[in-house]
Amino acid sequence: MYQLLKQIVKTGIKTEAPPMPDEGLRVTAQRLEKAMLDKLGRALAIRHIDAGSCNGCELEIHALSNPYYNIEALGIKFTASPKHADLLLVTGPVAKNMEFALQRAYDCTPAPKLVVAVGDCGCNGGIFGESYASCGRVANVIPVDVAVPGCPPTPQALMVGILTAISGK
Amino acid sequence: MKLLDLDFVPLPGALKAYRASADAAGLMAFAQAVKESGGRFVALWGSDERDLKRGFTLHVAFGIEQGLALLELTLAAEAPEYPDLSEIFPAANRLQRATYDLLGVKARGADSRPWLRHANWPADFFPLRRDADASRQFPPGNEDYEFVRVEGDGVHEIPVGPIHAGIIEPGHFRFSIVGEKVLRLEQRLGWTHKGIEKRFEGLTLQHGARLAGRVSGDSTVAYSWAYCLAAESLGNTVVPARALFLRALFLERERIANHLGDLGYLGNDAALAFGFSQFSRLKEDWLRLSGALFGHRFMMDAIVPGGVACDLPAGGAEKMLAQCDGLESEVHLLKNIYDEHAGLQDRFLTTGRLAPELATLLSIGGLAGRASSQAWDLRTQNPVPPYDRLETQIVIQRNGDVAARVAARFEEIFESLRLIRLLLKDMPAGELAATLAPATEGSSAIGWIEGWRGDVLVSLTAGRDGAIRRCHCQDPSWLAWPALEHAIMGNIVPDFPLINKSFNLSYSGADL
Ligand code: SF4
Repeated sequence: MYQLLKQIVKTGIKTEAPPMPDEGLRVTAQRLEKAMLDKLGRALAIRHIDAGSCNGCELEIHALSNPYYNIEALGIKFTASPKHADLLLVTGPVAKNMEFALQRAYDCTPAPKLVVAVGDCGCNGGIFGESYASCGRVANVIPVDVAVPGCPPTPQALMVGILTAISGK
Repeated sequence: MKLLDLDFVPLPGALKAYRASADAAGLMAFAQAVKESGGRFVALWGSDERDLKRGFTLHVAFGIEQGLALLELTLAAEAPEYPDLSEIFPAANRLQRATYDLLGVKARGADSRPWLRHANWPADFFPLRRDADASRQFPPGNEDYEFVRVEGDGVHEIPVGPIHAGIIEPGHFRFSIVGEKVLRLEQRLGWTHKGIEKRFEGLTLQHGARLAGRVSGDSTVAYSWAYCLAAESLGNTVVPARALFLRALFLERERIANHLGDLGYLGNDAALAFGFSQFSRLKEDWLRLSGALFGHRFMMDAIVPGGVACDLPAGGAEKMLAQCDGLESEVHLLKNIYDEHAGLQDRFLTTGRLAPELATLLSIGGLAGRASSQAWDLRTQNPVPPYDRLETQIVIQRNGDVAARVAARFEEIFESLRLIRLLLKDMPAGELAATLAPATEGSSAIGWIEGWRGDVLVSLTAGRDGAIRRCHCQDPSWLAWPALEHAIMGNIVPDFPLINKSFNLSYSGADL
């Protein structure tokens, strides 16, 4: 126990300042009112959905919870059910086998259901494109508010994307 | 080389790999002999050769003492069938089903439930047939999959997924339980199938490396190396020594990054959030240095056909060595904390045990295999340069429980740190890449690399004008997923996340 506490003290606080939103990532004009955005800005629940990614994007979404990005400190948390989510963070080209599940998760999410499409795959289908097995970009299946390019996008870029989705008015 | 009356010819390249044609009886006899002599089933896939008037070909790879033995069986163009290998190696089951879904060649009398096809394309559409139009889109279907039912007093089912509660890839798990105890787990995977093997067709040998590096993002280095090894073997490209050293450096950095991440989550899943914050911090430091030195945090596309795309910048070796020293002492300290934490050990020990005999039966290799006494590690048994001079120490644990898989990760981190120091010390000067030599149409080669999770195999056949004719990528998860079904039996449902994490298998890698 002593070692553990000593390590915590030695490590100190690593959290860095969050980045600023970037209007360039917006796909659909901000639909929400300022009062609503102010609320979400302090307490946002995100449901992550892997719709067919290579799992590279997931590595960087995981990184958002490490002490450097510490996304929870911004009042943003990942939730286990789309029913509790304000925002869906969707990765991958949408695999045909996931099309139905993604659509259902979207339907279960209460309004205003913001959607952030993640990675080159989420933005445009990426290297996998469209085929018998892939529907391509996320916007081909559900409406998208913000799209974050990158393969995978860095945690910083993901934060910018998420913060953009809840800012703008 | 002659084995059991089969004539094996060496495949091109640095790997010890041999190929032979066999008939159905010869294949089964060989498989039986491999099993009896302690060898391992490694991979199975098919290819359409009807345009060459050769029907279809079934390819089956085994790991034997001499290296990789690849058997090829020619199948009829009409109603192609082959004997059910899962009778000898149960691990063949899902691969046989996937091969049917993609190519329409059938294992006679075997489990015929679909695997990759989830009713989202018609049952008579076989995408890997050369005349199949991959751009066709079909209306989504609604699948009624036949799970195996467990009957009995008080037995009920918990269906989970495809979308899971955490930040994980999609899959479906069907638990049959009594009270809290798991009687049976059945997995239904294939959700992230995105047509990768069809996508390879028509890409150039050069461009295929990018796609290979995205089969399973967490193993991008292992995949791109395995792919490039195959592509280079086709035309005997000589890769500069410096590039080979850099590849090994990337691969060991990938191994450490993933092990650090897993150790953090394993602590977290056993209610020690401290473990997560410490290890995820170390992982972030590690990724940042990879990003700073090589331009990408996961070193995607750093390995290219012919060599590598980036050099170690000036001062990079010193930074890396300093980081290795720092990491080593921190991981030692955290290992002590993990070892002495009673709550953690209580959750780890005896949980999710995969007995060595079962691991052998299931042909599981890689980290999870080594944690159940399966002594397979390509870096020692079939080393490609520079591993032929590194004398990698294989890490073996005997208990097969979560604790063993945790211990194996700790030990492998220390061994990889040793390898990184060695690579930096002996790094030769010189070129970063050679031009990829052209490949003869129809020639094929294998790449086989020990990634952090296990052995990644890529089989590559050249087409016309530098294009890919067929590329099969095999993730170690294919053989490890069924092992997880066994490891959970008799454990309680709340321990599933921990056990699952201790294997940490790829969905995308096996869904293709
Ligand atoms: S964007 Fe890149 S990292 Fe993300 S899922 Fe696609 S290929 Fe993988």
